[in-house]
Amino acid sequence: MSTSTNPAGEQETATLAVRIWRGGEQGRWAEYRVAARENQTVLDVVTEVQRTHEPSLAYRFACRVGVCGSCAMTVNGQPRWTCRTHVRKVTGSGTLVIEPLRNLPRIKDLVCDLEPFIDTWQKAGATFKGGRTRHEPPHRVDPDSPARKRADAALQCINCAVCYSACDVVHWNRSYVGPAALNRAWTLMNDVRHVKRAETFDRAFGRDGCGSCHSQGNCVRFCPVELNPAGSIAGLKRMAFTGTEIRDDG
Amino acid sequence: MLPLRSHNSYLASIGHRLSGLALALFLPFHFIMLATALGGSDSLAGALALVDRPLFKVAEWGLVTLLALHLSFGIRVLALEWVASSQSPGTLGRWVISCAGFALLVGGIMLFRMA
Repeated sequence: MSTSTNPAGEQETATLAVRIWRGGEQGRWAEYRVAARENQTVLDVVTEVQRTHEPSLAYRFACRVGVCGSCAMTVNGQPRWTCRTHVRKVTGSGTLVIEPLRNLPRIKDLVCDLEPFIDTWQKAGATFKGGRTRHEPPHRVDPDSPARKRADAALQCINCAVCYSACDVVHWNRSYVGPAALNRAWTLMNDVRHVKRAETFDRAFGRDGCGSCHSQGNCVRFCPVELNPAGSIAGLKRMAFTGTEIRDDG
Repeated sequence: MLPLRSHNSYLASIGHRLSGLALALFLPFHFIMLATALGGSDSLAGALALVDRPLFKVAEWGLVTLLALHLSFGIRVLALEWVASSQSPGTLGRWVISCAGFALLVGGIMLFRMA
């Protein structure tokens, strides 16, 4: 905890000003002060507010180590995974401002409804369909094949919805499926085990699909695990142009 | 501007769209002007006299500059999708400075020719 000594020689504890959204779509900003520590994440601050100031504060988290993707919120205007975002990194003006993710309905306080985000995966055809039963040998996947390398590069999405929240095209057109679903569709298009590639492609390239991407790059800039959804979308567009690898087999 | 929009790649994207819209608004007027030639040389000369004013000259300069901007931002998108898809748009975000420079250069050449 940061402390300093005032002119009278007394020890003072530094505090941090926090503004948090309270309520649903209609709500208000509430201000709190918590202890400023040398090493604290945004999720630490939210937890401290809930435990010491506002027991009814609603927020989501699970793993606290950047794996589950459930603690994403808008912090000082930018979507971030709060468990891995240090306060020091984002409080340039000294005040921490926390609200739910953009582009999703607000349920209560810092919790938003992720259903529209999850629905985009279905809409983009991002559902794996294998072609073999348990009685058949598993499909052989060559880890060094170009297709597998392309899939591997895009595979580590933690479904945090940060890219969906950051995307201005989603903000303008809520029908657009967004970067995460198209990134997932791209991994399936490069997965030799997936037997519904033509269907996935039709959905990913359909209305509200990858053709709507404006190459703004917000998805790449804010992806907490440093994926490149814009690159995946570009890959889908390239695939549409060349017509390669759009076939059902497996 | 929202903090999440303050980066070069976003500016390039918006610049591309806005310059495209401006050109889309301009083109119908351009074709109407060309169509006056169908009515004979007097008709075209009358239309050309109408636009031979400082305000139109400035507008023409703006449109040529926007065209150059739209062209260079379009090349950025092509590069992103065909050449550098493994790179992030952020890498190509630096393109915004080159594009703006190219557009101003084209605009400058036009001004020089008009002078």
